[in-house]
Amino acid sequence: MISVTINGSQKQIDADPDMPLLWAIRDHLDLTGTKYGCGIAQCGACTVHVDGQPVRSCQTRLGDVADARITTIEGVNGKVAEAVRAAWRRLDVVQCGYCQSGQMMSAIGLLSGNSKPTDADIDAAMDGNICRCGTYQRIRAAIHDAARSLA
Amino acid sequence: MLKLNPLKQTTASRRAFLTGSAAAAGALVIGTTLLFPRVKANAATAGGVDSGPPQPNAFVKIAPDNTVTVMIKHLDMGQGNTTGLATIVADELDADWAQMRAAFAPADAKLYNNLLMGPVQGTGGSTAIANSWTQLRKAGAAAREMLVAAAASEWKVPASEIRVQKGVVSHPVSGRSATFGQLAASAAKLPVPQEPRLKDPKDWVYIGKRVPRIDSATKTDGSAVYSLDIRRPNGLTAVVAHAPQFGAVVKSFDASAAKQVPGVTDVVQIPTGVAVVAKDTWSAMRGRDALRVTWDDSLAEKRSTETLMAEYKTIAPKPGHVAASRGDAAGALSTAAKVLEGEFELPYLAHAAMEPMNSTVAQNPDGTVDVWSGSQFPTIDQAVVASIMGVTADKVRINTVWAGGSFGRRVTPQADYLAEAATILKAIGGRAPVHLVWTREDDMRAGYYRPMVYHRVRAGLDARGNVTGWQSSIVTKSVLLGTPFEAAVLNGVDTSSVEGASDTAYAIPNFHAEVHNAKEGTPVLWWRSVGHSHTAQVMEVFIDELAHAAGQDPLQYRLALLKDAPRHAAVLRLAAEKAGWGQALPKGRGRGVAVHRSFGSHVAMVADVTVASGALKVDRIVAAVDCGIPVNPDVIAAQIEGSVGFALSSVLRNRITLQDGVVQEANFDAYEPTRMSEMPKVEVHIVPSAEAPSGIGEPGVPTVGPAIANAVFAATGKRLRSLPLDLAALRGV
Repeated sequence: MISVTINGSQKQIDADPDMPLLWAIRDHLDLTGTKYGCGIAQCGACTVHVDGQPVRSCQTRLGDVADARITTIEGVNGKVAEAVRAAWRRLDVVQCGYCQSGQMMSAIGLLSGNSKPTDADIDAAMDGNICRCGTYQRIRAAIHDAARSLA
Repeated sequence: MLKLNPLKQTTASRRAFLTGSAAAAGALVIGTTLLFPRVKANAATAGGVDSGPPQPNAFVKIAPDNTVTVMIKHLDMGQGNTTGLATIVADELDADWAQMRAAFAPADAKLYNNLLMGPVQGTGGSTAIANSWTQLRKAGAAAREMLVAAAASEWKVPASEIRVQKGVVSHPVSGRSATFGQLAASAAKLPVPQEPRLKDPKDWVYIGKRVPRIDSATKTDGSAVYSLDIRRPNGLTAVVAHAPQFGAVVKSFDASAAKQVPGVTDVVQIPTGVAVVAKDTWSAMRGRDALRVTWDDSLAEKRSTETLMAEYKTIAPKPGHVAASRGDAAGALSTAAKVLEGEFELPYLAHAAMEPMNSTVAQNPDGTVDVWSGSQFPTIDQAVVASIMGVTADKVRINTVWAGGSFGRRVTPQADYLAEAATILKAIGGRAPVHLVWTREDDMRAGYYRPMVYHRVRAGLDARGNVTGWQSSIVTKSVLLGTPFEAAVLNGVDTSSVEGASDTAYAIPNFHAEVHNAKEGTPVLWWRSVGHSHTAQVMEVFIDELAHAAGQDPLQYRLALLKDAPRHAAVLRLAAEKAGWGQALPKGRGRGVAVHRSFGSHVAMVADVTVASGALKVDRIVAAVDCGIPVNPDVIAAQIEGSVGFALSSVLRNRITLQDGVVQEANFDAYEPTRMSEMPKVEVHIVPSAEAPSGIGEPGVPTVGPAIANAVFAATGKRLRSLPLDLAALRGV
């Protein structure tokens, strides 16, 4: 049994400590908002926050986060998260939507440390998140929009 | 206890199995009625598609809680049709947008068929809005009249005095009002009006305006359910070891180590490989890693893409199947003042939807079967699963859920990954729901690609630069031949191989196009915009070459050839005007244009690029679109923006290559989609139109490549024809 703190509550997971956090979240905690896209940290669909920092859960061992605070799209909250979610909805960013949990978790991470990101900042923070539907223009606009609403 | 249930060794190849299962299942249902050419013929009909009597009960559900749910007969894989279809109903119904909901309809080929495809429920050819337009207007209008009639009867007032606005039915004279929810029960008992009055376009409230997407909320809080998210009580997860080459089959396998992996419950041989079944995804993957499989490659496709392309080139000059012919192209070329020749190579492309293919199939105690899938062709999916499970199609319930992209991948005539899940379920005796997961590597390597293409063009100009003759020779594998749809291939011509070239709108007096159907074991499929994804590259780059050879402006040259194609000309002019066509650009920058019609819609794009220190950056794309009445302008803009992002990766770098039959690209490191920093600024301008709506999911793709290639030429003088663009050729520029 591995004990983790996820979205503010303590959970026991009966799994190998080598299991990627992604599959523990999805298969053992049934929190399916965090997505599998590539399994090799190329696409960012699996992005969650560990102690507030965006990480790729497909490359994070379950055994390594037993003492950490894990947040997924279902549980992320606070001013920045709400601003990002509202901007995503205001601009209708989503298409298929599959990558958007990861996009938003990366965007929340960016805005949490940088309240007024430039386009170059957005490129740097978001280049690891692939959107095959090509919604990048709206993701960029939504990040700027969220930053404005937080100012 | 671990259990091993190997199926009998099969000698049938993977392809034979898949085709066989589809032929057994799909052909009965589909026969020759699914004719893709019909899609194109009808999609642009001005008055919309005849949908028969109104069917409000099939499409509009009004609940006591005052929600209005539109039954969505199509799959929404991102293109926004749930919003669009709900918009059409909401407008005729005079509902409040906030009360609108959408639900995917069950599989029912009679009630929910695609009116452009015959008695088949399916999404494809950018037809969702086009085929539903009149059907849903009638359904919404009929439901509205029923609500009015119910209110009139209840209030004992003339129906003509009743008003409906934003979800409220009212009688201003008496001051009475009611919500839809309050009237729904009594309205449901009334006869369905057979000829409801449709709104005058000037009275539209939502159509043509921005409404918020219906799926934005659940796709931004993690609650939207995709098929990879389906969790069933006692469900098991399966992954499959697929053959490394197409057509290879299992010779033998050793499951002893796999069975030692904690969580693994079953290892079973199936026609497509060996399935490892486990309690969770990670255990199934680890089980597969431990599996040892020996493959029989005697029937496999073992050629490399390089070899195949070399073969295509030797085939191209030979006589092929005639796709289009008018005048005397050969004669015109022999007397031309100038003859230009161009060779275009277009690679295999993977769809690479963000959600790798997967599905869940379960058998219930009463023998019925449940399927959870982002089902794009429920009629095919249902028939294929039914035949594998040994039940009739009506015993298979298709539960359609959100799809994490498709781009054509979810429409295989063989319903391949659903067939695989059902086969595994059967192999474990149906004892637990099977959740089949393809890893990214499976998704990219286990097949179905946009066909590879070699397209050779010759064109002749007269002394004044007018194009007098054109010859196209296309070599590619047909998507339809060898499938239950092959009846749509007439005289050897699969229109999905030649569309966009054979039906060019350019007024070329002598025109001849031939196609050669390549024979190879690589499985091919429609890929967002299908034939247009490669023909537009050829047509629009080569027309540009002719314009330059004639010493004329590429925009004016096109317009002169499009005198009888006013919708093409209108989008061209609009895009050019908005992009500032003709303005001088600094050194290293270039501007290129392309126009193309597909799926009834017309799109022109002007690309601005910068080539500096040998590196290409696409700065901006200005698009003009005519897709008939723009039901949701913001969704249309989103589709064009997204099409640019989607297509750009295949313009810049994507290709699937085979080495001795083995797919070399396995994941996003080797087949890398466009990323944020590469995304150009996209401007979308929509041409006002009173024509019935046509497609928008695909028509944004074809012009991206040629507009960029033509801009690169303008910037550098380097003519890059093939895709992906040969960026190495820009080094030193």
